[in-house]
This record gives sequence, C-alpha cells and structure tokens, in this order.
Amino acid sequence: MSLDKTYKRLLLAIAMAVTLSACQSTPNSFYQQVGEQAGLERLVDAFIKQIGQDEVIFPYFKQTNVSHFRTGFITHMCDVLDGPCKYEGDSMAQIHTGMKINEHDFNHTVDLLIAAMTDVGLSHRLQNKILARLAPLRAQIIKI
Amino acid sequence: MKWVSFFIISLFCNTAFAAGKLLATPGVSQIEGSAGGGLVPWAQLAGYASEDEWSIAAFCSRGHVKNYSLDVCGVQGNLFNRIELSYAEQEFDVPALSTRIDQKISGVKVRLYGDIVYSDWPQLSAGIQHKSLKDGKVAKLVGAESTHGNDIYFAASKLHLGALYGYNWFWNITARYSEANQTGLLGFGAKDADKKWLLEASSAVFLSREIALGAEFREKLNNLGLGESHWRDIFIAWFPNKSLNVTAAWLDLGSIAGVDKQTGWYVSIAGYF
Repeated sequence: MSLDKTYKRLLLAIAMAVTLSACQSTPNSFYQQVGEQAGLERLVDAFIKQIGQDEVIFPYFKQTNVSHFRTGFITHMCDVLDGPCKYEGDSMAQIHTGMKINEHDFNHTVDLLIAAMTDVGLSHRLQNKILARLAPLRAQIIKI
Repeated sequence: MKWVSFFIISLFCNTAFAAGKLLATPGVSQIEGSAGGGLVPWAQLAGYASEDEWSIAAFCSRGHVKNYSLDVCGVQGNLFNRIELSYAEQEFDVPALSTRIDQKISGVKVRLYGDIVYSDWPQLSAGIQHKSLKDGKVAKLVGAESTHGNDIYFAASKLHLGALYGYNWFWNITARYSEANQTGLLGFGAKDADKKWLLEASSAVFLSREIALGAEFREKLNNLGLGESHWRDIFIAWFPNKSLNVTAAWLDLGSIAGVDKQTGWYVSIAGYF
C-alpha cells in the first residue's frame, strides 16, 4: 500500500471518527433529560405536592388557581429547559410583585423544588443544571 | 445584664432556628473561629441566617500532626447575614516540651457584596481577627516581637451550580494582611519583619447536597527564620441537615518551630441554631 493511500485512508478514518463522535456528543436537551412533557408534568405535580404540605410556602398560594399555576409552570420550565414550548404567560416580575418574598422563603422554595426533583428521580447533576437555569430568575421574584 | 439574659432566653425560646440559606452554603468553621474552610476564612458568614434573621453557631475542632496538636472551640453569631462575630480559644500542645500555648481570637466579618449562589459576581467580605496569647513565653523565646496582633483579610467566594460535569463547584480566595507567626501561636512579628499580604485559597466539589470534597492552601510568613511552611489540607465535609456539620481533613503543615514533616488529621464538628 502506498504511503499516499495510507494517508488518505487515515484521513478518511479521522473524518469518520469526528463525524461519529459529533453525532454521539449531540447533547440531549435538559427537556429530554427530564423526560419531556410527561416528565415535566410529574416534576411539577411533585413540586405542587411539596408546596401543599409546607406551612411556610402554602400561604403564598392561597389565592392561586392551582391548575393555572400547573399549566403555566410546566410551559415555563419546558421553555427554560430548551423544550419545544414558548412561555407567553405573565412575567415572573408580574406574578411575584406584591408578594414580598424574602430570602428565607425563596431559598425554602428552592429546597422544596430540590425535594420534588429527588421525588421524581432526577439525578443530582441534572438537578444542579436545572437550578443553574432557574437561578437567574431570582431577581424577578424576590423582594418585590 | 438584662440584655444578656434577654438574649439567652430568646435564644432558647426561639424554637424555629434560622434556616434561610441553602444547605452547606455557610461553609464550615476555620481554626481562628471564622466561617470558612478548616484553614481559610471564606466570604460567607457563619450560620444559616438570611438577611431577615440572626443565628448562632458553635464548633470544636482538633488538628493532630506528628509533633503537635491543636484544639479549638468557638462560637459565631450572624446578624442579618451582614455581620459575623466570632470568638475562639485555641490550645496548642507541644508534648515534647510539656508546653501548652493558649491563644484567644475575636473576629468580625462584614459581607460587603453579593451572595455566593445568586449574585453575578462573587460574594465579597472583609474581616479582622484580633489574637492574643495568654502567655508569651514561647513566642518571646523564638524571637517574636509581640504577643498579640490583628489580621485583616478580604475574601471572595462563589458557588457555581452544575459547573463541573453537573456537580456544584465552589472556590474562595482570601488576601490576609498579617504578621502572625504560625497563625499567632508563636507570637507576632520579629526583628526587621513587616506585615505582609498573604494569599489563601480553597476549592471544593459537592458530590451530593450533603457532601463536599475540597482542598485548601494558606500562605505563611517566615519571620522567625524557622522555615515556617505554607499550609495545605484536603477535606471532606458532611452536612446532614442545616443544624449540623462534620468535617474531616488531612493536613500538611510542613515545618513547625523547626520540626518538619508535620502531617496529620483534622476533625471538626459544628452545630447551628
């Protein structure tokens, strides 16, 4: 086999390897990792259950239409986690203005969301990535 | 006195303890009484108080290396996650000389900016540790100028959510202005020695919500010409809930008072109220 041919085959092999690894490393979106629509519904239901059992956070939801919250939160999470949804409901600031949520209650709600994610079996690492996506929303939720 | 008793009564009557921070985010307790790692004071304030709360924490730690051991107990108060007040007592045992060195450290730390989880930039704090030796005999013997001194420091820290293959990653950098010899246990300053800025750093990865694995580095002066070494440790910290922390570490303290290869273990337990 000539050197030239070997070289060409090597190049081809590298090109194929690169293409293949590119296919394999195409990341599943967080939306897919959560289990798409059904997974999100399970997660939000678990979160609602956590809130319902919590004497600190539940009072914030006294005036809330739970099915409206459920639908809105599922769509919002789907949007935030790169799913095929566009959240067009009220902004976080609109929803939370006047609630005057303090740091303690905000972090306590994060604790409840973590508990809900654990309840539905999301891995520790996926939980962290989801929290990283949600954390920037804090400024539009707290102390307004 | 009335105020003190009021404070104590309200402390014990207050059944709902402060829990406004996320688990593990206050860090642990460092040997001089401030919230930090084992060796380095961090930008976080001790305890779980958020900006509307106050909290109290208490800890005891023991470090044991080849020729020495250090026992520390201390308390920390957190006022509205803005001010940390701390007090610690250290007992440093030198069995070879049948000597014990006692040092007391009062600390104040102020949070200047941010939140280690949520702010765009790292949380920033400034602090001071006032240290004094009960008996300056050993310090004077090895050539220290003073038996008391003040360290001031600035600390920056940040927790990056999911940043390391999905694991939460923490780092802290501290700059300390100090003239302490072996953190003050061998006194402060020496002939022709000036105060210097020293670099300290820590980093940790959270393997789960409850367990962090990390390492620390603390730069040290060599005022006394005894080959004082920089300090290092590798630690594992366990936070089963917001009331308890247990930390264990492997220490490499290098040379202490001319005796080298001072490696050993460290264990610390803290309660949060």
